[in-house]
Amino acid sequence: MTIDNTPIVADEAVVPEKAPESEGRLILRRFLGNKFAVASIVIVILIIAFSISAIGIGPIPGWWKYGFKALNPQVNAGNPTISLVPQWLGGKGISLGDHPFGQDRIGKDYFAMVMRGIQNSALVMVVLGGIASFVGVVVGAIAGYFRGVIDAILMRITDVFIVIPALVIGSVVGHWVGGLGAPLLAIMLGFFSWMGIARLVRGEFLSLREREFVEAARVAGASDRRIIFKHILPNAIGVVIVSSTLIMATAILLETALSFLGYGIQAPDVSLGGLISSNESAFQTRPWLFWWPGFFIVTLALLVNFVGDGLRDAFDPRHRRFKLRAMREQIPEPAEEAKL
Amino acid sequence: MSTDSTSTVTPTDSPLLSVRDVTKHFPGSGSGAFGRKGAPVKAVDGVSFDVAGGETLGLVGESGCGKSTTGRVVSKLLEPTSGSILFDGRDIATLKQREMRHYRSQIQMIFQDPYSSLNPRHTIGTIVGAPFHIQKVKTEGSVKSTVQGIMERVGLNPEHYNRYPHEFSGGQRQRIGIARALALRPKLIICDEPVSALDVSVQAQVVNLLEDLQEEFGLAYMFIAHDLSVVRHISDRVAVMYLGKVMELTDRDTLYSDPLHPYTHALMSAVPVPDVRKERERERILLTGDLPSPSNPPSGCVFHTRCPKFRMELSDEQRARCVGESPVLEDKGPGHKVACHFPSTRPGIKQLLGVPTVRPTDSAESPLA
Repeated sequence: MTIDNTPIVADEAVVPEKAPESEGRLILRRFLGNKFAVASIVIVILIIAFSISAIGIGPIPGWWKYGFKALNPQVNAGNPTISLVPQWLGGKGISLGDHPFGQDRIGKDYFAMVMRGIQNSALVMVVLGGIASFVGVVVGAIAGYFRGVIDAILMRITDVFIVIPALVIGSVVGHWVGGLGAPLLAIMLGFFSWMGIARLVRGEFLSLREREFVEAARVAGASDRRIIFKHILPNAIGVVIVSSTLIMATAILLETALSFLGYGIQAPDVSLGGLISSNESAFQTRPWLFWWPGFFIVTLALLVNFVGDGLRDAFDPRHRRFKLRAMREQIPEPAEEAKL
Repeated sequence: MSTDSTSTVTPTDSPLLSVRDVTKHFPGSGSGAFGRKGAPVKAVDGVSFDVAGGETLGLVGESGCGKSTTGRVVSKLLEPTSGSILFDGRDIATLKQREMRHYRSQIQMIFQDPYSSLNPRHTIGTIVGAPFHIQKVKTEGSVKSTVQGIMERVGLNPEHYNRYPHEFSGGQRQRIGIARALALRPKLIICDEPVSALDVSVQAQVVNLLEDLQEEFGLAYMFIAHDLSVVRHISDRVAVMYLGKVMELTDRDTLYSDPLHPYTHALMSAVPVPDVRKERERERILLTGDLPSPSNPPSGCVFHTRCPKFRMELSDEQRARCVGESPVLEDKGPGHKVACHFPSTRPGIKQLLGVPTVRPTDSAESPLA
């Protein structure tokens, strides 16, 4: 590696007299001001990180002793061994035990399985959300920017995709590629979930392309590409971020529903929906086989929705004044405390 | 200064911009991939005028008369349906976007709404510097110092280079728009109602800035406005538009003291006179009825449906001519073009408006004062 010792030249001007506050920073500040959404995103990340560290990812092993496929001798009739009540309150003390989430009927460690399910749900969420946003933005941007015949054709195609229920498409796709694993399933599902974003982006483009700053760029001789990427897309990005976050929340539920129906991720791999489905008949005898995956499905879907709501509030200009004023009032307080 | 430039510039002598019979028709309602086509809206219908280098041509008319569309066609934001636009001797009407690129640097535009004409996500430096990047123009020194020079010239603080539009007031934003238009040293700037969104005190500052810049850089302006006193202040010549056609085109002083077209009479009588007694005494010409639909304009002279002269003064024989025959824009005096079969002066107007009314800067040197 060579060392480049030419100094990084900041533009000639000396430090600007006041740090400019860009739209992006403003939005970030507004989002960070929303404690609920920030807590949600932190918890989601912690849950995913915990699941990855517990059972490892790919060939890398985690800290948990059992794998999600291995069969183990039944301990305590498969009951969960986790204990959260401290001894001084009359419980057994805080401990994980041998199988904290219990075991299923053939003795697999349920903690490892649930962790694997969380990993798969997170993977489906991110991949599906990413692909749906990308396809949606491309279709919506082309339709909204070029209008006319292109718009009509693309929007009719979108309509066709919308009228087919997602679950039907999902089960057909899942039936095809379910056996090939979670990533492929997520990719295929992503190609059937972009319609909402495409419509929103098209609407944004239709209104933004008539704004005078777009005309000004055109008068200056800017190309279509420059106008789309430098002028329109940055102004539409809020809509994209918000709706792709909300699509991620639906992705978790879609994957769960598909796995429950038996079209999602196939055994021996594990998904949260699949866990509920395969233990259907054990509800009376081993109810914890529902509690754990159910708890994590609801938690993840809810938290991601909260994040989406927080982002929408941060991007929504109608909230600007109120939030800004609230923030200005908050800012001086820590400074005064510091002086004291 | 505007009076000086009229004497030095002769508009007929190879004009910078020469617009001939330009029309712009928009497809009518119900258009789409499968919809039926309605009658086209004739927003601009056979407009011809010249703009000489360094000259200001005012374009006035009521809302919906096609003045903004004319500006957008000349700047090629809209493709003209027919007609020719000669700029510097070359017809740019039929040029494709790609071929047009070279001319973009010479025709710039200032927009009406300073709030929507600046991209909220770009800093002032990016906005004013963008034309250099788009046109790949080399500047002496860095783009930044050039941009800061322009910012200083239009009365902005160059230290605000990294600020965002929302940190500025309306007047400052309009200055940013002017700086952007000025960046590439164009020959012609189309001002599309540049001051209508500003309050009156700021209007005067911006108009004066535009005049100073014209003097310094030899710019030609096409100044679109509906405020007759602003147009009077800045223009060398004025074109009056009605329903997509030019009704009257002459130099500023003649138009305001000696208008010939009945529509101009009506417009002028709507200008408030800052004298209570005169204001009370003078005759107001009120146009009745609504502006006809530009998709179905009246036959013959488009103004005849609302023309007070047609209604009250003309004989049936003369009226038949107005309804049947479309008047051409032709010379009715030295450099005074009127599209009317029966033009006439109204002495009342001459007395009332001949005296400069709103001339804040150069009322002393005006020959009529």
